Amino acid sequence: MAEGVPAFTPVNLLTGFLGSGKTTLLRRLLADPALSGTAVLINEFGEVGLDHHLVERIDETVVLLQSGCLCCTIRGELALAIRDLHSRRERGIVPAFGRLVVESTGLAEPFPILSTLKADPVLRHHFRAAAVVTTVDAVNGLSQIERHSQSTRQVAAADRLVLTKTDLADEKTVAKLLAQVRRINPDAPVVRSGETDLDADALLNRVGTASEFHAPLMCDAPNGDSHGTHIRSFVVTVEEPIDWTAFGVWLTMLLNRHGDKVLRVKGILNLAGEAAPVAIHAVQHLVHNPVHMARWPDEDRRSHIVFIVDGIDPDLVRRSLTAFNALVTPQAERV
Amino acid sequence: MCSLCGVLGGNEHWADTVARPGVYTRNASAIERRRERANRVHIANRVLVQFGVAISDWRGTAFLLSTRTGKTEIIADLGHLWPAAENLTGRVCDPLALPLIESLEQSHG
Repeated sequence: MAEGVPAFTPVNLLTGFLGSGKTTLLRRLLADPALSGTAVLINEFGEVGLDHHLVERIDETVVLLQSGCLCCTIRGELALAIRDLHSRRERGIVPAFGRLVVESTGLAEPFPILSTLKADPVLRHHFRAAAVVTTVDAVNGLSQIERHSQSTRQVAAADRLVLTKTDLADEKTVAKLLAQVRRINPDAPVVRSGETDLDADALLNRVGTASEFHAPLMCDAPNGDSHGTHIRSFVVTVEEPIDWTAFGVWLTMLLNRHGDKVLRVKGILNLAGEAAPVAIHAVQHLVHNPVHMARWPDEDRRSHIVFIVDGIDPDLVRRSLTAFNALVTPQAERV
Repeated sequence: MCSLCGVLGGNEHWADTVARPGVYTRNASAIERRRERANRVHIANRVLVQFGVAISDWRGTAFLLSTRTGKTEIIADLGHLWPAAENLTGRVCDPLALPLIESLEQSHG
């Protein structure tokens, strides 16, 4: 392995609806010295690729995937492009980049792109999905979320949300958009791109770390205005310690049947037999490896799991998880 | 890979990873590892019985999923369990289905 290359190179997905400012954000991020060792992979839907010219850093670590959307038509091409970058890095043909940013088209579904990293037999040994950053247009975002399911799914999949064009929108519109965004994705940090100096490192850093859970987990009001969509979030709180094996049986079964409707699962678990909590994080069918946290963020020792779902009854999820967690009988513990 | 049976080594399913450090790695205590697998078989079977199938440990490396009539499939981990169960039984394995939840709740009582 080339010197200075991490064992698993983090891959950030930069997504957001058409015209929401992904390339502008990428250009700003790449100007940050903290991201000097970053390779970039740009996907465009049109026949003529333009975005890579706008990034203003054309070198051998900027790869353009054209004529198709990453999420459906050219997933194989995405895997091949990342494999090729990896191969050229190993051979010293390109600089030893320590991070890869994939800018998707505005129409891409985030999940298939993330799953490519996990499913490809080569990539999964060298790359790991890092934070998903979604840009939301402050002027047009609200109508895009209401009209286009891709936009809603991009917001739901985000680990970080960047509100763009806030200087062009009035505060009332921004507040309305924020309320809608919070209903779909209750706890991803929101940054306003126009008003703050962007901390590139904080924006792209790995998710699922202990610091992610220091903020209280939030969810939408039970009877909140749905704005015509069926996507909502809720928290399941479990008083008793969770059995990891029963939880694994339950979540794999849930995601097998409802993975396309369970947009996100993020939680902090009090596992039976474990002193420290374990953080879990999933985007649709893709479950990241659970993370052992060093300590509890506060005095609360209960498990809290946030779900962002599309048309699933929260009460059924709660009841089902409770029923599965009770499958661990004293007889099972003596086996 | 085992050259006799063709089973790939090094399971990487998320449910097999770090929640209990060492349990699923070959370097850890073999007894702990076997106990954990037995526990998994026991819990999964309490759900699978509702669909007329069951799993059993297969040499500590995989699981055998079998119907009552003997149709059998080898599965590597929990990620493969549910698609295989639906395939073998021709039924939908839905953890949110009310009859399943009610049946599990009654079995606790």
